[in-house]
Amino acid sequence: MRRAYFKNNWIAALMVAPQLLIIFVFFYWPTSQAVFWSLTFEQPWGGGNEWAGLHHFRELLTDDLYWQSVRVSFVYAAGTTIIGMGLALILALFVDRQLRGYRQYRVGMIWPYAVAAPAIGLAFRYIFNPDAGIMNYVNQVWDGIWDPILTGWHAMAMIIFAGAWKNIAYNFIFFLAGLQSIPRALVEASAMDGAGVLRRMRDIQLPLLTPTFFFILVINITDSFTDSFGIVDTMTNGGPARATNLMVYKIYVDGFEGQNYSSAAAQSVILMVLVILLTFVQFRYIERRVHYT
Amino acid sequence: MKSTIVSVAALTAVIGGAAQAQDKIKFEYWYGLGGYLGEVVQSTCDRFNASQDTYEIVCVGQEGYANAVQNTIAAFRAGKHPTIVQAYDAGTADLMMSGEFYPVHQMMSDYDIEIDWDDYFPGIANYYAASNGDMVAMPFNSSTPMMYYNIDDFDAAGAAVPATWEEFETALRALKAANPDKCAFGYAPSTWVDLEQFSMAHGVPIATNNNGYDGLDSEYVYNTTLHVKHMEDQLRWYNEGLSEIKTSQGGQNSRDAFAQNVCSIYFGSIASHATVHNAAVEGLNWDVTMIPVYEGTERKNTVVGGAALWVLSRKDEDEYRGAAEYLKFLATPESARYWSTNTGYIPVTLSGYDQLVAEGFYDEAPYKGREKAIESLTYSEVGPLTRGIRLGGFIQARKEWVSEVEAAFAGQKSMKDALDTAVERSNKVLRNFERTYAGKTFP
Repeated sequence: MRRAYFKNNWIAALMVAPQLLIIFVFFYWPTSQAVFWSLTFEQPWGGGNEWAGLHHFRELLTDDLYWQSVRVSFVYAAGTTIIGMGLALILALFVDRQLRGYRQYRVGMIWPYAVAAPAIGLAFRYIFNPDAGIMNYVNQVWDGIWDPILTGWHAMAMIIFAGAWKNIAYNFIFFLAGLQSIPRALVEASAMDGAGVLRRMRDIQLPLLTPTFFFILVINITDSFTDSFGIVDTMTNGGPARATNLMVYKIYVDGFEGQNYSSAAAQSVILMVLVILLTFVQFRYIERRVHYT
Repeated sequence: MKSTIVSVAALTAVIGGAAQAQDKIKFEYWYGLGGYLGEVVQSTCDRFNASQDTYEIVCVGQEGYANAVQNTIAAFRAGKHPTIVQAYDAGTADLMMSGEFYPVHQMMSDYDIEIDWDDYFPGIANYYAASNGDMVAMPFNSSTPMMYYNIDDFDAAGAAVPATWEEFETALRALKAANPDKCAFGYAPSTWVDLEQFSMAHGVPIATNNNGYDGLDSEYVYNTTLHVKHMEDQLRWYNEGLSEIKTSQGGQNSRDAFAQNVCSIYFGSIASHATVHNAAVEGLNWDVTMIPVYEGTERKNTVVGGAALWVLSRKDEDEYRGAAEYLKFLATPESARYWSTNTGYIPVTLSGYDQLVAEGFYDEAPYKGREKAIESLTYSEVGPLTRGIRLGGFIQARKEWVSEVEAAFAGQKSMKDALDTAVERSNKVLRNFERTYAGKTFP
């Protein structure tokens, strides 16, 4: 195979410079600042800081309620990823079969991704409102069965639904694209061999979909750890009793509301390391099972 | 929406009026109040701009107290901060320690503006005063909590308006007996009412060092005071069905539940007086009264809640002059009157209050009842425990309290355990604050 390469390294450097600059300004620089702050006592108004060493990390990692925050973040990540991917996959498989009205359906499926997280939060807050929303009817039949105001897991279920709903649209687009790139000939051949719809899905489509599946998995998990703020902020404020106090929301509350910049910086560093580790694990152990050809 | 209009207006002003800009000295003011109250703030700015032609104040709404402070900090670090910022009561200690402000007492004397500092209500002045008694920030929107109650429901139940918590419980039971289907008391756990003002009114400490005024090495003690009994009572009332939780997360906050005639009682700031009046359903017959105290306690004054105006450092003299003029403008009786009339906030000076009383302002609806807030604020001489709160990272401490109280209400632990945990965790916040400002003291 012929490889194209630049003879002049300067031109190559010049070409990648804008990209590197952007990565530096928007990633490495803020990250290094966060690491620095996490090791100091930073004054919010910038009046100086004092070295703290690993004080903040020690305080966080010995704090039961911080681990509780980590735990609920995992629950949220698992919940939104499983529901979001599962439903999106089913919907995509059906759209791919070109059932009646699938065109309108396809457009309708893509829209939710364009809705901002706080708007989703407000909509779902209404839907799950025990007094006024749709769940109110359920509450009228079984009195008080739905109570996200004081019951932690109800609140958690609520934000998982909202988060999953947001992700379904995104996942759906990729799954559908993945399904449509599977050569028709393969599906048709197996149909001629007498394989039914479910059989074709299991033996042909799903295995060939694994690269997409893997990509969506990585994105969903990362996204649910880092991009849940808008939903939590509008729906639960991290409550009741910290039941939905996800790591990223806690960073916001401690850092921006509480002006405890250093602890929030330490939490950001922990979150970053966690997401990197998770992604690493996924590439190391799950990607093995992915067939790219 | 409002802020969009403001920013568009600001932008047009920047682009359009180079000549105009030379005429007037501009300075910025960021405020946290949103909604209706935010609109009233904006109108005070318009009134100021119309009143003179040397300065132009550009007022930018930040939709929320916390946002106003956060955005100001971010802007400050980038050197693009406003001259004046409206900062909430709970952030006072943090701002004081930052040192990045121009104490208003000093600013006013530097620019030869006469202000009768003794005219301010002590319950307000002490909250924002440095240790030498000089005010570092200008009290602006000031309030204190009240008990809002539905007169008709009380009459129907034959209940008396309670002055003590014991009577309050009797009233709750009467309300519930008279109308079992109605929510008697819409409760929203609030540190400001249940912890801070409760402790003030009972003269019990929230933290050592006189609630933090005397040093950074303070510790919370509210898990050992009457506050525990009070929260246990709140929990008991909830468990007995005498109260219902009404929060925004549940779809309707306690204020709206009261105004919509869903609940007969709620506790909230006097600042909501105008909002409740505007939002009340047709024919809602209601009034306010001071928050109850337990029998056998000598009632003390409550303190101010709300926010103050801080003039920030690193601005030039022209802008400071403008800021001083604006603060002077706000302190005029007309402005004070305008502000108090259009919101439920109380006048901050004795003379302003006396003038309103003399005019018969408080005699009739819709303003009747607001004088009870002044009564609450001035109930006693301000003592060491009723000056206010000077505790770093107090927003985080409030959050700890709310989370733990929710846990107790959800039945996960006893109220005492919950408050113990909240205190323990909040003390860690204080220790971090102390180390952040190692070797410094409150001004």
